[in-house]
Amino acid sequence: MPGPFTYFVWLLGFFCEAAVLVCAFKRKAFRRYLLLNLYMAGAILSELGRFKILSEYGFNSKQYMYFYFYSDAVLTIFLYFALTTLYAHVFSEMKAERYVKLGALLLLGGTAAFTAAVVLQSSAKLVTHFVVDLSQNLYFVGLVLTYVLWGAILKLRETRTRLIQLVLSLGVYFSLFAANYAIRNLYPPLYTVFVPLIQLFGVFLPMAWAYAFWRLPEEAKLVPARLAVIPR
Amino acid sequence: MMAAIILVCSVVFLLQFFVSYCRSLIAASIKHPLSAEVQDVTGIKTSATGDDFARVVQLLHLCPDRPEDRSGIQAIGAYFGLLGFVRSSVARLIPSLKSWTETERGQCTYFAAVTLERRIAFSRDMFAQQLET
Repeated sequence: MPGPFTYFVWLLGFFCEAAVLVCAFKRKAFRRYLLLNLYMAGAILSELGRFKILSEYGFNSKQYMYFYFYSDAVLTIFLYFALTTLYAHVFSEMKAERYVKLGALLLLGGTAAFTAAVVLQSSAKLVTHFVVDLSQNLYFVGLVLTYVLWGAILKLRETRTRLIQLVLSLGVYFSLFAANYAIRNLYPPLYTVFVPLIQLFGVFLPMAWAYAFWRLPEEAKLVPARLAVIPR
Repeated sequence: MMAAIILVCSVVFLLQFFVSYCRSLIAASIKHPLSAEVQDVTGIKTSATGDDFARVVQLLHLCPDRPEDRSGIQAIGAYFGLLGFVRSSVARLIPSLKSWTETERGQCTYFAAVTLERRIAFSRDMFAQQLET
């Protein structure tokens, strides 16, 4: 069974996810960032489901393992689509929403096909391995897409502070997860060290989004070029 | 091989996103003027220095916090640590980097002071609400 620290981080993450919804609702940003908020609502439901299965079947049960990985994959796909809505926000003046959606679907299909091709060559438990690998690959695809979006923000001189912070925090989140998965694939014995870190990383995104919704008004502006590590 | 490439890319992107995220937090708070009371408590009059950061964070821990504020101060704390590492390693070889890290560390302190002011205001509001009830 998980220890008290694990439960504490779990509870903290749960409250932060709820805080995102409350802050977005109170600041009238719920509909504007609908998919981001729906992702958080999905995360809350998934946490509740995980807790129920954990208390009924135990941490090492197959039920918990399957539920954990399948819900994680669904949430990752959801977050991927939430990212595409941030693209739509940045490119809103260009009326490029249709192309963004089409591109996102094609890329998701491509990632799924690539994952299936890799899994077919090496695994017996096809569906389960496909779900786990798809989730891992989507973290990296999400990271690259967020980096491209950050480049577009700098190039287009996007100034909305809240939008910028939502994108940057998503970038930090994706890179933490992608790096974690890569280390675990490179050094499997470090599995016991890096798996618990996932839970800690998972708290960052809801905390950062709650902060962005609560502290920053929609009309707040800043100069993005000043934020870049390499001045532009 | 693939995992190694992903790891290197992730770490490089992580650093870029993290630094930019922290600077966006600082940029959003830098325009906020400090009240005379917080200036007296922290000793920050016009510009802050990195040396005051630990003291301001200690003061910050004396006030009740809010979950939505926690991520900001934790991220800035980690950024401050990163700047300290850069200052004591790479910046010894590149003098211009040293002055940059000093400015950034000062801005981290200012961010902590702004957060302190918000927490004091929050505590006052809570106290006032309790008195009313």
